[in-house]
This record gives sequence, structure tokens and C-alpha cells, in this order.
Amino acid sequence: MLIGVPRESRPETRVAATPTTVAQLIGLGYEVVVEAGAGELAAVADGAYAEAGARIGSADEAWSADVVFHVNAPSDAEIARLRDGATYVSLISPALNPELVDKLAARPITVLAMDAVPRISRAQSMDVLSSTANIAGYRAVIEAANVFGRFFTGQVTAAGKVPPAKVLVAGAGVAGLAAIGAAGSLGAIVRATDPRPEVADQVKSLGGDYLPVVVEEEQQQSTDGYAKATSDAYNAAAARLYSEQAGDVDIIITTALIPGRPAPRLLTADDVASMKSGSVIVDMAAAQGGNVEGTVPGEVIKTANGVTIIGYTDLAGRLPTQASQLYGTNLVNLMKLLTPAKDGHVVLDFEDVVQRGITVVRNGEKTWPPPPIPVSAAPAATPAAVDKPAAAEKRPMPAATRLASVGIGVVVLWLINAYAPPPLPEHFTVLTLSVVIGYYVIGKVAHALHTPLMSVTNAISGIIVVGALLQIGHHDTAIRVLSFIAILLASINIFGGFAVTRRMLSMFSK
Amino acid sequence: MLTAQSIADAAYLVAALLFILSLAGLSKHESSRQGIVFGIAGMAIALAATIGLATRHMPGVAVALMIVAIIIGAAIGLWRAKVVEMTGMPELIALLHSFVGLAAVLVGWNGYLEVEHESDQKSALAAALDVNNPGSLLRIHHAEVFIGVFIGAVTFTGSIVAFLKLSARIKSAPLMLPGKNWINLGALGAFVVLTIFFVVHPSLGLLIAVTLVALALGWHLVASIGGGDMPVVVSMLNSYSGWAAAASGFLLDNNLLIVTGALVGSSGAYLSYIMCKAMNRSFISVIAGGFGIEAGPAQDVDYGEHREISAADTAELLGGASSVIITPGYGMATAQAQHAVASLTAKLRQKGVNVRFGIHPVAGRLPGHMNVLLAEAKVPYDIVLEMDEINEDFTDTDVVLVIGANDTVNPAAAEDPSSPIAGMPVLRVWEAKNVVVFKRSMAAGYAGVQNPLFFRENSQMLFGDAKAKVEEILAAL
Repeated sequence: MLIGVPRESRPETRVAATPTTVAQLIGLGYEVVVEAGAGELAAVADGAYAEAGARIGSADEAWSADVVFHVNAPSDAEIARLRDGATYVSLISPALNPELVDKLAARPITVLAMDAVPRISRAQSMDVLSSTANIAGYRAVIEAANVFGRFFTGQVTAAGKVPPAKVLVAGAGVAGLAAIGAAGSLGAIVRATDPRPEVADQVKSLGGDYLPVVVEEEQQQSTDGYAKATSDAYNAAAARLYSEQAGDVDIIITTALIPGRPAPRLLTADDVASMKSGSVIVDMAAAQGGNVEGTVPGEVIKTANGVTIIGYTDLAGRLPTQASQLYGTNLVNLMKLLTPAKDGHVVLDFEDVVQRGITVVRNGEKTWPPPPIPVSAAPAATPAAVDKPAAAEKRPMPAATRLASVGIGVVVLWLINAYAPPPLPEHFTVLTLSVVIGYYVIGKVAHALHTPLMSVTNAISGIIVVGALLQIGHHDTAIRVLSFIAILLASINIFGGFAVTRRMLSMFSK
Repeated sequence: MLTAQSIADAAYLVAALLFILSLAGLSKHESSRQGIVFGIAGMAIALAATIGLATRHMPGVAVALMIVAIIIGAAIGLWRAKVVEMTGMPELIALLHSFVGLAAVLVGWNGYLEVEHESDQKSALAAALDVNNPGSLLRIHHAEVFIGVFIGAVTFTGSIVAFLKLSARIKSAPLMLPGKNWINLGALGAFVVLTIFFVVHPSLGLLIAVTLVALALGWHLVASIGGGDMPVVVSMLNSYSGWAAAASGFLLDNNLLIVTGALVGSSGAYLSYIMCKAMNRSFISVIAGGFGIEAGPAQDVDYGEHREISAADTAELLGGASSVIITPGYGMATAQAQHAVASLTAKLRQKGVNVRFGIHPVAGRLPGHMNVLLAEAKVPYDIVLEMDEINEDFTDTDVVLVIGANDTVNPAAAEDPSSPIAGMPVLRVWEAKNVVVFKRSMAAGYAGVQNPLFFRENSQMLFGDAKAKVEEILAAL
């Protein structure tokens, strides 16, 4: 089948395939046609695509391919250019754009939304939101640094002391974590908030301080891997926290998004007004309405008290080469899933939750929204119940039982020794004491010495040769032959065992 | 009065003491070399005393036979010990155990033949037995023959099966006969019944019967244990071989054999117990050869996809790391990768990377197997740590290299209560930032359990021969 990669309409800078991903797609059995100039803004020349095995074609050729790879949701004109039966893959935001879904469903085509990939581990490799958010989070810090009039890192110089910048990251999702990492590596003091307390460790791992929002109720991770809407009590506590922090920090990066809903309002106009002059806010949720009161999507504005609010909605697109590469790789991973035979034919399997989840339209039939899928499997309640008796069994014996069993053992030994005829009691005495000695001598053996110890005890157990040596003198031929064999075998053991132990021990070095 | 017998007895006491000192020495690195010297000295004294005692009234031809047998045995033993690969150590030790078992069987048979033969002629031994306590002592003697032969034969075939499994000459999957526990119990019951018959009416036929029963039992006991549990099995057989020697000591009225046998038997049993704890297995079910009792439920869970990494990328990952832990498993042994791993370690340490090894107690096919291999490759033993010492440190580790280990790093043991290996302590490698798993394919480990580690977000697979891959990484560094 033919995959078409058309040029994006401006101002999009990204492109849905790079030379690297083109080569991988060809490896899956597809042919690829790239519209001339498609990679121009992402700094990929047409020649590089051609070198990777793609054909450079016209816009019509790219749009009329069997499979069309796109970055942004299509315009009406672009929908019309698709041929019947085509498969169209791009970012759709189906939950926010119901009209667009209806328009797409009017055509006999199949539409896959890359931003609808379920958040399960298996689908990580094709999760555009993660790969894009990672870039956007990094870029948000760079944009803030660009506007911010100071160093991020603290310095003591001959010209005076420079305090480090304080950065607050609201929302520790992928974008937030990327921002924490980037700001931290520039030397800033980074704090982060998030309604999910379990991300505290992730924040710490990137060098940030996690600021918990203290409320009575427990916040829990939602079943689909995204943050969910918060309660009123929580919101009130969070608002207090943000108001406090706004007066203290220099840079705020907000990343709070709830899928399919407008972005939550985190900073009010009052909070912004309380910030120091020269502070910077990057509102990464600007496209969904913004976390900050006063954000203008796509614009940079300066408030009356000198705070800059950056509302860019194309942060990822500002790193077009990187963003294209990651998006392209997401698409390749999707095609790997859709091409099980690696023969260049798309097979859509609705039994698979990932494939079902991203399919918005199938052959002109609307399939959105998909049935919900929980990420974490239901807790295994039954096995836990089965496990119980086993656990009970392993409890150490009560002291009384232990005492009783030791007592019985002693009595049995005493009885044997008292009633057995002459040589036996002596033997039992020797045996019992030796067993105890063996147990204590081995008690604290170093783990590394298990093998040498075993091979030396093996050599020592060759002592059985003593028995055979005493028997070989017998005049009966059968006994003599058997003894001969026994001596031979036991000797192999003795000499082999000691020699191999020596060899092993000589290798241990400090 | 100083007789040959009393001199020998005194020598036996000295030998027994030396053996105890030898075992004690072997439990610490510092004294381990001393320990083996004690062991050899004890054995030399015991042999000299016994040969001196035995050759007093021995015809020349018997002396010659004895010397020939010892020389041949010594030659074979020394030769095998010299040429064995360190990776082949488990097989060798299992095979050596089988020799002790067989020797115990032969000594037991001889014990019977001697009495049988000489009871007509009223020789020294039979006469002594008859005079002191006509019936009962002879009966005890017969029971001792039976017990010695039984333990010896179980050890013999058990070790042979362990040897075959370890050297991959037979399939290592557990043999699942229906009603296997009843087979084992039945064999024990048959042993008891045969012993009673034999004590009342000794006959060669019964002796042959018990030998066959014990041989079959030994075979079945070990055959029904999977290859992954072989470390415990080898240690258990070590213990059995000790008990076989102790039983022979009862039979021959020889204290040295009893002492030594009991030492080996109890130390082997304790060693198996330590290992059972490490694997969260029941000690009783190991002794009874019935573990891996039931197969786990069919694993039909979709774990998702694994990701692959190249050797060059792994090298890059390692180059940027400040702390690396290597967790080797049996795969390192089969690929003979220990020298390559040691050079990798040296190189990374030169670069200032903190490299350590995390060794699971049952990694490999023999207790301490990995330590021996790493020692062979001259990895300093102070960076080779046990599971408990290192398990806390994985969270602060940049890269974990899992080289040919599978079940010992399986997060299912810690997290999935329905897993067949649930509750077994494992190395928590998945807590590290990056995990690179060296593996030949996606096949399951010895326990036959799928490993969710391979599908974690922070793990990547490096497929291929471990040695070749480690060398590629070395070249790329």
C-alpha cells in the first residue's frame, strides 16, 4: 500500500515523516510518497526523503494515497481530497471536535486519531501526547528563559551575588516533568504541584520539590492514567497554595489539562497581579482555554505590573525537527501494530483496545467514542484469599510446640540408646553430636562460598572409601570386585573434590 | 595396649576433628584455603590409618588391587578437576555425588555378602555377632545393610538424573507422573516392608529388590524437579551422600564414617534449607522431591510489547551512567560471558562508574555458581554483593544489566500473587532508571513463567549471545 505524507498547512512546522521513519515504513512493506517541500520547516530536504527511499510527489499524489499521514486535523478542503477507502491518520482531538468527526464520517474513509491512544504501557510507543508534551515542556522553559531578564542559576560573582530563579510547575504530567527537568538543569530552584500525590517521587527524581495540596480527602489516580477533575475542597486549598507561591516565585509554568474538558483555572488575575515585575508565566494549556486568567492563546502579553504571560499553543512545533522525528516514530510504531504480517497491508483489529481506541471513523461509520478501558487491571482479590492459608502455615511454630517437638526427639533418642544393644548407643551418640556440629559449623557460611563448601563436603564424603578398603581384603571374589569398584569411585571423589575446590578457591581475589 | 586397631581409632578421631575444622574454615573467605588444607590432611590421615589397619592380614593380590584402584581413581579425579570448565562445575559435582551413592551401595552389598558368606564358617565377625547377642545384633546388621543400600541407591540415581539435567542431556522440565506423591510414598512403604522381611529371612533376592526400588525412587524424585531448582537438588544430594556414608558407618561399626557422614549430611541439609528460604520453597517438599508441585495456571495475559536496544546504544547508556548494577544468571554461564563481563566492569570502573554485581542466592544451577564464575574472571569479590545487600540500592541506580537472568528478576514474584513464583524474593531491578536485559529470545525462564519485566517502560531487550553482545559494548565504549 502507498503512504502519503502531504505538506502541512501553515503555520504548522512539523511533518508526519522523517527520512528515518520513511526507511522504517518501507521496511514494513509500504511505499511512501512525500509531497515536495513537506519537510522544509522541519529542516528536512526533499533529497533526504528520496535517499531514504521515498518518492517525491505532488500534493495530489500525497493526498490520494491509501494511507495519509498528517499532523494536524484536516480542513474541509483536505477531507475532500482523500480518496474513497483511504485511511487517514493525524491528531484529531475527537472529544473536543464533534463536528469534525461528523464531517469525517460523511466520507467512506477510516480515520485514526493519534491523540486518542489509550494510556496503557503497551501503547506508550505510539502515544503522541507524551512525546509532544515532553518537547513542549522543555520548550516552555526555554521560552520563559528567553523572556526572563535574569539567570536561572544562582552565582556569586565579583559584581555581586545573583539569586537563583524560582520556578513553579503546575501539573507533573509528562510536560510538567520535562519542564521540571529542563528548569532544574538550568540551575533554577524548581517546585511542582499536582493533585496526584503519587507523582511526588517522580518530581523528586528530577530534582524538584513537590508541594502537596493538603486536604482531608484522598486523591486517587484515575483509571485511565490522566488526572481527573478535582473536588471543591481541594480546589480551595490549591487556590491558597497558588496564591502563596505566586508572590514568591519568578516563573510559573502551568500544564494542567483534563481530557475532553476545558483547562482548569489555576491562577486568578489577582494571583498574577501579586507576582513580581519581570516574572514570566507560560500557560501550556492556552489552547484549551488556559490555566491562567488573562492568557491569550497564541500570543505573548505583558500585564500592567510587568508580568509576561506566554500563551503559545505550538510549543512542540517550535522544535520542529525533534517533534517531527518523535511523531514520525509514533506513527511507525502504530504501523507496526497495524501491519502484523509486515507485508504493507493495514489490518485493523477491533479486538485490540489500542486499535479500537484510536479509530474515530471506520469506512464511513462513526466509531467514536470507544468503550472505556481501565489501565490498571482490577486488583486480584481471589488469589489473595487463596494465599491466606499458605501464609498461616509459614508462621513460626509457637514456643510450646517447638519445645514439645524437641522434647519428643530427646525422649526417642533416649529410648533408642537405653534399649539398643551395645554398639548402637555409642553410634547414635556419635551421630547426634556430629549432626549438631555440622549444623553449627555451617551456620554462617558466606554465600559466595557455597559451591566450594559443597565440593569440599563432597570430597569428604568420599570417606566411604574406608568401608571399601576394609572389605577388599576378603577372600570372596565377588566382594573383592565390588570393593575394588567402590574404592575406585570413592577415590575419584576424594581427589577430584579436593582438587576442584582448590582450583575454585585460588580464583577468589579481593 | 597399643594395637593397630587403637592406633587407627586415635587417627580417626584426629581425622574427624580435621574435617570439622575444614568445614568451619570453608565458611569464611579468609580461612577458606586453610580449611581445605585441614580437609586434605584429615583425609590423608584417615586413609593412611585405614590402609595400615586393612593391610595387616591382607593377601598381596588384594593390596595390589587396592593400590591400583586408588591410583586409577585419583588419576581420573585429578584429571576431571583440572579440565572441567567453571561453567560445568554443577554437572561435575552432581556426578561426584553419584559416585559416593554407588560406593555406598557396593559397601552395603559387601556387608551382606560377608555375613552371608561367613556365617557358615563362623568367622570372626559372624562369631562375634553370634556370641554376644545371637539374634538381635545380626538383625540390626541386616537392617543397617538395607538402610545403607537404600540411601546410597537413591543418591546414585538422583545424582545421575541431576547430572543429565544439568548437562542438558535430558529435558530439564519436571516429570509429571500422575499421583507422583503416592509413587514416592509407595516406594518408602515398599522399603519398610522389604526391610522387615529381610531382617526375618535375609535373602539376596530381597536385597536386589530394595536396590531396584531405591534406584527407581531416586530417579523419580529428581526427575520430577524442574531444572531451575537444581541448586537445591544438588545441595540436597550432597546431604544424602553424607547420610549414605553415615549408614555405612553403622554397618561397619566405624565411627569415622558416622562422624563424617553426619557432618556432610547435616551441613548439606542446612545449606539446602538456606536455599529453600531464598526461593520461598518449603524445605519438606524439596526433601520429598515434590516441589514445583502443580503447574501454574495457563498464562494468557497480554503483557504488551518489548523494546529492543542495540549494543551501541547500551554502551552510550553505560557511558552516561554513574551507577551500574549487573545481575548475572545462568545465561552468563552458558554464554561463557564472565570474562567479557569482567573486562566491561574494569573498563567502566576506570571511567569512574560505580559498578557492582547483584547475585541472587539461586542464580545459576549451583549455589554460589555466579560467584565462582566471576571469581574465575577476576572480578574483585568486594563488589559482588548478595541480593539482600543490594536490593535497596536499585532505586538509585542508572543502569541495570540483566545478563541471562530471568526468574530471579521477575517482578511477578513480588507483585502478582497468582504467579507460580509468587513470594520468591527477587532482585528488584525494575526500580532502576534503565534496565537492559541480555537474552537470546523472548522464551520464558526455567520456571516457565513469563516475565513482565521485559515489557516495562524502563526495560529494553538486547537479543543475542551474551558474550558477543558484551564484547560489542566493550568495543563501542
